[in-house]
This record gives sequence, structure tokens and C-alpha cells, in this order.
Amino acid sequence: MIDAVIRVENLGKKYVLSHDSPERYIALRDEISRRLKAAVDGIRTIGRQSERADKTRKEDYWALQDFSFEVPRGQRLGIIGRNGAGKSTLLKLLSRITEPTTGRITLRGRVASLLEVGTGFHPELTGRENIFLNAAILGMSRAEVRRKFDEIVAFSEVERFLDTPVKHYSSGMYVRLAFAVAAHLEPEILIVDEVLAVGDIQFQRKCFGKMEEVGREGRTILFVSHNLTAVRAMCNRVLLIEEGKLVSYGEPAATIARYVEAPLGNLLVREWIDAANAPQNAAARLVKVAVRGAGGDPSTHLSTDTGWEIQIVYSVKQDGAFVGLTMILYDGENNCVFSSINNREPEWYGKGMPSGFYKSTCRVPSNLMNNGWFSLTVNLFGKNFEEGRMVKDVLRFEILDGPALRGDYHGGWGGVVRPDLVWTTVRVSGEGA
Amino acid sequence: MKKGEVHATIYPTRLRSIDGAFYESSRMIDAAQCELIIEAGKTEAQYWKDLWHYRELFAFLAWRDIAVRYKQTVIGIAWAVVRPLLTMVVFTVIFGKLAKLPSGGVPYAVLVFSAMLPWQFFSSAVSEGSNSLIGNANLISKVYFPRVIVPVSSVIVSFVDTLVSTSILIALMIYYRIVPGWNILFLPLFSILAFAAAMGVCLWLAALNVRYRDFRYVVPFLVQFGLYISPVGFSSSVVPERWRLLYSLNPMVGVIDGFRWSLLSGMSSINLPGLAISSSLVLFLLVTGLWYFRKTERTFADVI
Repeated sequence: MIDAVIRVENLGKKYVLSHDSPERYIALRDEISRRLKAAVDGIRTIGRQSERADKTRKEDYWALQDFSFEVPRGQRLGIIGRNGAGKSTLLKLLSRITEPTTGRITLRGRVASLLEVGTGFHPELTGRENIFLNAAILGMSRAEVRRKFDEIVAFSEVERFLDTPVKHYSSGMYVRLAFAVAAHLEPEILIVDEVLAVGDIQFQRKCFGKMEEVGREGRTILFVSHNLTAVRAMCNRVLLIEEGKLVSYGEPAATIARYVEAPLGNLLVREWIDAANAPQNAAARLVKVAVRGAGGDPSTHLSTDTGWEIQIVYSVKQDGAFVGLTMILYDGENNCVFSSINNREPEWYGKGMPSGFYKSTCRVPSNLMNNGWFSLTVNLFGKNFEEGRMVKDVLRFEILDGPALRGDYHGGWGGVVRPDLVWTTVRVSGEGA
Repeated sequence: MKKGEVHATIYPTRLRSIDGAFYESSRMIDAAQCELIIEAGKTEAQYWKDLWHYRELFAFLAWRDIAVRYKQTVIGIAWAVVRPLLTMVVFTVIFGKLAKLPSGGVPYAVLVFSAMLPWQFFSSAVSEGSNSLIGNANLISKVYFPRVIVPVSSVIVSFVDTLVSTSILIALMIYYRIVPGWNILFLPLFSILAFAAAMGVCLWLAALNVRYRDFRYVVPFLVQFGLYISPVGFSSSVVPERWRLLYSLNPMVGVIDGFRWSLLSGMSSINLPGLAISSSLVLFLLVTGLWYFRKTERTFADVI
């Protein structure tokens, strides 16, 4: 391909995981005490060093490996994959936030990356001031901003509040202003990470329009999203990443189908044995999340015509703690199907809970979900819905096709849900047509 | 997502551009002109080029911090004035009046304040600068720019604060009727030396702070300790002659002596070998600081 604006060759990124601390950074005191200890141990056990040589357990983890692909000019490339597959790492490498461990990337043209809306916005500064600041952070020159200032303001729809500190903005206004700045970058390559999932629908549509335009002008767009509907609408090529490897790169329909139809398999139980690494907030810590057939039946097959339940086991850290739970179900294309909060259980909810282990069960009736793959997100929250700890993709499971509502029909069944709805027919008149 | 709310996003199934042609396509840069190759550990030349490209960001980050500081607190300016003023009063009373240290004919308050300026700059630059990377963690993990911009711009902010408190010195000098001589021409030179000293220490500490998060507890101690071993409350002439060279191993000794010498011409002498030692130490700190910063910079985004 001659006109490739992005060429990636054998790209790899390695992280070193330390099992001793969940934190990514080190404390100097730990480092010093470790070295002292190692020195003392070394003296004491000369000749037997190898035995305890590597007490701090470290492990290499390849977030991305053997990546090679090319992106021609003007392509709108969607990047999909599960959480932790390596999408963000790829974007960070392409936008030079972090350096690759192996391989090389060749970029031809100015790159602008939007991994977040409003990076560097300061709440105390006014809208006008933040436009200039944010633009400088994204690599725009002052002259360029001045030239496009009116356009940016018009696009953001916040003219009236331009001289108000952005801390007084609503979240919608904030996002609009931030996106307006980003949209007026004129890069040859634009890298966007799911930032469009914010703002109202009207504005989202405007953003999509803008991105489409950018694409039409021969600029190249890389778009990472969990929302397959958006990817399908936006992109003309899709790249699928699974566990750090490039699995598929091609037509959107085929690649998305591959992603949807070949999940990694059922993940029916998730348990956190190590308390330090378990998802938690100040009040409680998750111990186990599981999906079971109705009545706790541990069979691995869930089907459309049997009910099922989600069990959440958690430990309340101290007496009187407030624990709130939300479960959110997503379908295979990451559309939200429903969510449910445990706030109508007056016996416990809103009352201080004594410390100890608890199991909360949420039952989903039979004949509600259609068949297909689903994933579950759990949110642990505190008083006033604050201190939320969202755990995405805790479970992943397939609901199989059951015969209950099929009658004599054996074909494909559309929809996310398959509710048991009642049909009634009466004869209104005896006269034939 | 805040407050446990659930978001269900609806995407338009059919796309259309609502607001017509927005881009005037004014500038399609010839792509071949700016080909960029990203490889492990091969970005040195590119780095300095980027630094030039992002030069405006320097000014913007510094401007942001200054604007925010003077906006947030009504006493923003007062803060820059009151702090050194009070320290000056205390030092004058303790060292000048109680300990009766020699001042070489200069009013003790002026002697102290001519040293307070560079010291205040150095100490605030070091304390702010060493935290600057952590404070901008969000920026560092989301966008690319040469990271060295962050500590440098925080040093610039401290410099601006110092300029504000220079007004006190001017007032003091008018009050005591002290007219600086030709030596004042060297003041910019010593300001650069002060800047280099602050920069060198900042680069080291900022980078170490990212890696060892408890390093920030060390910094206030260093700064406080530095105040006592630097000739702020007293003239460095009280240090016995045979210890002078050793004393000059503190890089701020050269800077402070230089400030006094250029501001209070004739009333304060300068120790040239000592200045040479201080200056070369500053240079050493700056070069190694830059080296260490560049070495660890590539992992900032992974660690921060």
C-alpha cells in the first residue's frame, strides 16, 4: 500500500507487573528496606542466593504483541475488543503517550488524539481561557485558535457563558466546549477514544457529522468504542483485538460478527480471593459474583425459558456501613439491556449493616431475555450514590434458545428480549371481506 | 459515571451532517513532510524538535497556574509578599538584633531580604516543581507533549512570584537610601544561575517523585534544611575562611552571594573560587537532572 498514513510493524508493549503491591508506583521506603534486607540475606546465605533470589515476584505482561497493520489515507478505522484487550494501549502508543517496547510505528501527518474530552481544562478558568489552554495542549498554535475561535464557540453553543469559569458549567456544556476545541483541530490523523458517549443526543449527532466530514476530507480516523452500533455506522474498516493480539482487520460487518459470535466463553463465577485486589469502596468489598439458574441451580446452561439469578457476595467492612448495589446487563454488542438497584429492600437498604459477609441475589424471571451473549457490570456504591465502584464485565454468559415461546416457529428470533406476551384474538364481525 | 447512574446511549442509526461544510480545507500539509517514526528508545532528536513545537504550551501552563493562583485567592499577591516579609523580620531580629552577626555595613533587613529573594524563588520552585508531574498526572496520561515542559513551567511560576516580592526589596532600598552600583548589571546573570539551580533540583525531584511516591515527604525537609545551611539570615562572610570552599558546595551559596554582591555594591564581597564551585555544581545538577528526567520520562505515563 503506497498511501499508508499509519504503518505499524511488529509493535509490542510490555508492562512489568509486581505482585507485591497493587500500586503501580513504588514507595522509596519499601525499596530501601528491600535492598537492605536483600543485602543482609545475601550475607547470611552466601552460596544459597539463588534460592531466594527473586523474592519480589515480578511478571512480564504483554499488553500488545506482534501488531502489524497499515491504514490508508482517509480510512475510518474502528478498533474493537473487550476491556483489557489492549485497545487503550494501542491508542497510547499511536499518540506517543507511552513508548513501545518492540517494533515501530510510522505516522505520516499531524496526529491529534482525543483520549478524553477536556484534558487540561481548569475549573477556575473561563470558557474562553480554557479554549486556548486546551488547544495548546492538543498541539494547536495560538494563531490557529484565534483564526478558528468564532467557529469553535459557535460549535460549542456556549457563547453566553464564555467568560464564566467552567466550574459553573453543566456537564453537557463542559463536554460541548471541550469537543468543539477538539473538532477544530486539523490533523491528518485523528484518534478518538469513545469520547462521544457523552453529551445529549443532539450533540452526539453533531459530533458524528463532524467526524464523517473529517473522514470525507481525506483525513484518517481511528475510533475506539465499545458501542458496536456506533462503530458500524462510523467506520469503513474494523480492527479486532483480543488479548493483545490482532485477530481480524477487515470489513466492519464481518469483523463485528466475528467479535460478537466468538466470545471468550462463559464466565459464570468471579471470585476475588486476595482481599487487597478485590474491587471495593470504603464500606464493602466484593468477594464473589456468580450467575446461577433459577433457585441457585449451578448448571452451566441458562436458557430463555428458565429464570436465572445473579448472586453477589460481599464483605461489609465495619458496623453501620451503607452498601448499595447495581447490576447492569449488556448484550453482545454492548447495548445496555437493563439495570437494577437493590434499593427496594427496606430490611437492609439505607440501614447501617453490621459487618460480616452478605449474599445479595437478584432474580431475573424466565421468558424475559432473548438468546445470545450477555455481560454483567456491577456497581458498588455508598450513601447518596457516591463512592461508586464500577466493575465492568464481571461475568459473561450465553443464554441458550429455549423452546417455551417458540410454538411451531423454528427460525431466528429478533430482539434483545423475548418476553412472554399475551395475544388475544376475537372475531369482530362475521361478514367476510 | 457518577452516582451509580446508568447510562444508556442511543446512537443515530443514519448519519447526516447537520451544520454543513465546516472545514475550509485551508491547509492540507504535505503528509510526507512530517513523517514520524516511533520506536523504542529512539526519540531524542525528535524530542527537542517537539519542544520547539510545543513552546506555546510552556507559556500557557505557566499562565494557567498564575491565573488560577491569583484568581482563587484574593490574597494571592499578598501571599507572595507577606511570606518573605515575615521571614525577613524574624531573621533580622534573631540574627541581626539578638545574635548581632556582622552585616558589613548594610542594614540587616536589606542584607536578609537580598538573600530572601533568590532563596524564596529556589524553595518555592523546588517544592512546587517536584510535585508538578504528579499534579498534572491527568495531562500526562492523556496527551503527548515533552514532559519537561511541566516542571519548567512551574519554575517559571515561582519566578513570577519572586518578581512580585522584588517590590519589597525596592521599597527597603529606597527607605535605607541604597543605590546599587554597576554590579547590578550582573544581576540577570545570577538570576540565570538561580534558575538553573532550581531547574536542576526540580528535574531530579519531579522525576523521583513519579517513581517513588513517598519522595514528597523528603522535599519539605530538604527545603527547610536548605534555609539553615544557606546564607539567608547571615552574610556568608561569617563562615570561617578555610570552610568557605566547602560551604560553596551548597549551590545556593554562590547564587545568594552573587545577588548580594550585585545589589549591594561595595558593601558585600564575592568569593570567586566559591562562586566557581557553586556554579559548576549547578551545571552538574542541571545536566544530570536533565539526563535522569529524560531517562525516566518514557515510563511516566505507565507509572503515574
